[in-house]
Amino acid sequence: MPYVAVKGGEQAIQNAEALLKAKRRGELAVPELSLEQIKQQMQLAVNRVMAEGSLYDPDLAALAIKQSWGDLVEAAFLLRAYRTTLPRLYYSEPVETDRMHIQRRISAIFKDAPGGQKLGPTFDYVHRLLDFKLAAENNQFSVPTTEIVDATEATPRVLNTLVHEGLIGATKSDDPADISPPFDITRQSLSTPTSRDARLQNLARADEGFLLSMAYSTQRGYGKNHPFAGEIRVGEVEVVICPEELGFDVAIADISVTEVQMVNQFKGSKQIPPQFTQGYGLTFGYNERKAMAMALVDRALQAKDLGEAIDGPAQNEEFVLFHSDNIEAQGFVQHLKLPHYIDFQAELNLIRQLRRNYDQAQAEQNGVEQTSPPASDSSASSLGHAPSPHNGDSTQVPNLDHLSPEPHSPSEVPA
Amino acid sequence: MQPLLTIDNLSKTYNSIYACDRISFDLYPGQVLGIIGESGSGKSTLLNAIAGHIPVDAGEIVYCDRSGQPINLRTLPEVHHRKLMKTEWGFVQQNPRDGLRMTVTAGANIGERLLDVGERHYGNIRSEAIEWLSQVEIPHSRMDDLPSTFSGGMQQRLQLARILVTQPRLVLMDEPTGGLDVSVQAKLLDLMRSLVRTLHLSVILVTHDIGVVRLLAHRLMVMQNGQVVETGLTDQVLDDPHHPYTQQLVSATLMP
Amino acid sequence: MTLSPQLPSSPALPEPGFNFAYLDEQTKRSIRRAALKAVAIPGHQIPFSSREMPMSYGWGTGGVQVTASVIGQMDTLKVIDQGADDTTNAVNIRRFFRKVCGINTTERTEEATLIQTRHRIPETPLREGQIMVYQVPMPEPLYFIEPSRTEANKMHALEEYGPVYVRLYEDITRFGHIAMAYDYPVMVNDRYLMKPSPIPRFDNPKLHMNPALQLFGAGREKRIYALPPYTKVKSLDFEDHPFTVETWDQPCEFCGATDTYLDEVVTDDQGSRLWICSDTDYCNQRQQNNHLLTPTLS
Repeated sequence: MPYVAVKGGEQAIQNAEALLKAKRRGELAVPELSLEQIKQQMQLAVNRVMAEGSLYDPDLAALAIKQSWGDLVEAAFLLRAYRTTLPRLYYSEPVETDRMHIQRRISAIFKDAPGGQKLGPTFDYVHRLLDFKLAAENNQFSVPTTEIVDATEATPRVLNTLVHEGLIGATKSDDPADISPPFDITRQSLSTPTSRDARLQNLARADEGFLLSMAYSTQRGYGKNHPFAGEIRVGEVEVVICPEELGFDVAIADISVTEVQMVNQFKGSKQIPPQFTQGYGLTFGYNERKAMAMALVDRALQAKDLGEAIDGPAQNEEFVLFHSDNIEAQGFVQHLKLPHYIDFQAELNLIRQLRRNYDQAQAEQNGVEQTSPPASDSSASSLGHAPSPHNGDSTQVPNLDHLSPEPHSPSEVPA
Repeated sequence: MQPLLTIDNLSKTYNSIYACDRISFDLYPGQVLGIIGESGSGKSTLLNAIAGHIPVDAGEIVYCDRSGQPINLRTLPEVHHRKLMKTEWGFVQQNPRDGLRMTVTAGANIGERLLDVGERHYGNIRSEAIEWLSQVEIPHSRMDDLPSTFSGGMQQRLQLARILVTQPRLVLMDEPTGGLDVSVQAKLLDLMRSLVRTLHLSVILVTHDIGVVRLLAHRLMVMQNGQVVETGLTDQVLDDPHHPYTQQLVSATLMP
Repeated sequence: MTLSPQLPSSPALPEPGFNFAYLDEQTKRSIRRAALKAVAIPGHQIPFSSREMPMSYGWGTGGVQVTASVIGQMDTLKVIDQGADDTTNAVNIRRFFRKVCGINTTERTEEATLIQTRHRIPETPLREGQIMVYQVPMPEPLYFIEPSRTEANKMHALEEYGPVYVRLYEDITRFGHIAMAYDYPVMVNDRYLMKPSPIPRFDNPKLHMNPALQLFGAGREKRIYALPPYTKVKSLDFEDHPFTVETWDQPCEFCGATDTYLDEVVTDDQGSRLWICSDTDYCNQRQQNNHLLTPTLS
């Protein structure tokens, strides 16, 4: 057999995997990464992988990052595939972000707010200069001392000020009459039109880059909604379940989350008085960029409910929600690597047939129009570079002889 | 004679403002009813409400179908409603781009309603398309061209052919001559008048152009602020308007 | 699905640490419920809560989930991609099920109780009791006419397929025939428009009145649909432009078959080509049975 198609035995696949493992490990003289190192020193990567992998487990996320050779989309994919094998035992109670153990909290809409502003660890005001000292190892950095805050005290939300004045719209989920259980995108198939609970779940595990671009597009006029950063808070919240068989709450974990409430201008419609509206973002771990982008896109997707014109892609729920998941997207884009020679063969047969029809039609047309003999003399050769195919000039018509040997070409018969 | 369409106390509000306030009328087979008024008078809302494009708040729309059966359109299941719209009704949009498929040929535009109702013979569809192209005075040679290569008047005539191919009994028209030059308008009006006669069509025609209703409409309804302020035979209403608003409309228009 | 007890390939022990066929029983049950609904309404797409599998979306996760939900310990599995048992993706999916199920696998169509496929239907006729599982990239046949799934659902519900025929009309007008080579849409049971997955239209007639149960899984798009045994399946056409399939004027250069779908294999960069059966199992069996005919080149 003189050819090798995209075929490979099990051995080839196993060799590819072994090679990957060896390359991933790199030079053996260099110490291997420990999961603890990844978890602590690449914490933001771990956070992103947990968010997009839709599973809060820093240890497994660190393992996924190590296993994926640092490819964070691949790492999120590993977590998702693992997640599939886990049974769903309970639904937690809603996390009380009001009672968050706050590590960082800022508001851009008031100079100060009850509970105070707290910068926390942030890149925001760091000059982005490469720190060459960091290239050396054995760095020691100490935590600056700050006043001790009572962690048990709830920090009131900045937006409460607007709520009291009636200037910020109640969302549908605030309606106590609405007690239908929330949608679960991990157990139900998302179908349009969607409700906000399903949308928020989709956005929470959406690809960060996609959300960022969508959010950015609204700021540049593709579905503008004039956002203000009402409040951003980062910290630890308690996750509580209430098993039916026990009948009381049980705290099962503390998780770190980033919560963003955007305040957006809304001039009102015939039904709704002028007021502010909200965009909401929440992610696992410390990831403000994603949470903020999520809040902007959440607000953009409320356009339909608010009776706003839908003129930007970020406002189109089918466009956003069905293209936001990087596990889905990477798979479908990369599946083009799989063999497609059957459908390509069918397409090739069709194109050849269409091409024959076309050439035939051209020939007939030329036969009618052309009274002079075919262009084979020297005067016609100057036309050799003209873009339109010219009957009889073999330099311009692709040579089909070797492409489509007549006896082999498919023909049409009734089924 | 039984009315083809009975509108009874039809109301539509937008945020408690009446776009259509208790509108009632009967339309008889073969009749052309003109609805005239300024923009914002509620005439287009009324037309779209009758066609089922927008929901109404109150009132009845009863249509008498080909078999003589009265049908309440407000309670008709959507599947039957959509079928009826494709077989017995037609809607002519002001902008032909809204009524045509601009990316498929003229022949396919005419053929679509036939395909919708189950015609599966390519040759028959082609000959029907040729027939209707000549009815609307478009040369056969243009059958395999895209509508985007047509002039505005031709596009509007193609829209007529696309609808008429299933021989509807009732055609709703929303400013059908709206975007056209005066000379093109005249030709289209002429064609519409002869089609209405030969095909025995019933038409509800919404326009702000008194010249159009004078030429086409048997009866006339004048609307202002969501209400019918005057109604009657077209010539009567235009030659002897009673309501001050109608008087104002008529006097503002040059007589032909 | 426990048909023949004969064991064509030695079963391996399933990998410890996984549930049989990877998915937990709860998930399998929910997928089977969707599949049952799909069988009850032939050709109609049923949403299901597709899970992330340990292979990428677009690489057969829909088919893999359906297979995982219906496979039993006594099943014999065949996996093909492009008609061949030895393409990488087919090898990989077969390897996966051997790993998580420890079941028998085979390359012989007649020995399989369960066949997962991408892009082909085997040439060997299927029989009652067999299950065909198709991997589906894009289940919605209306997507090229109506990208909004909300509107497409309405068109299915109201059986509004006129615009699809407009597309066929345009093809005939422009090219003289319907210019769709694969994933050629079909009407199922005179009711639902369905995409048969990207099989060449050569395979479309095999869908009709097939004795096997045919299940279609789209993982990324989260839809399952089905053709129960002996379902009427009609490829779209016009009365005066009937549906046609491709034929070749020459037989397979390996086995001499004249009624199979042929692959065009490029053998060098000088334009040399070999025309051989895409169904490797069918071709091998014919070669083994000494059915090699003298090629009759016209």
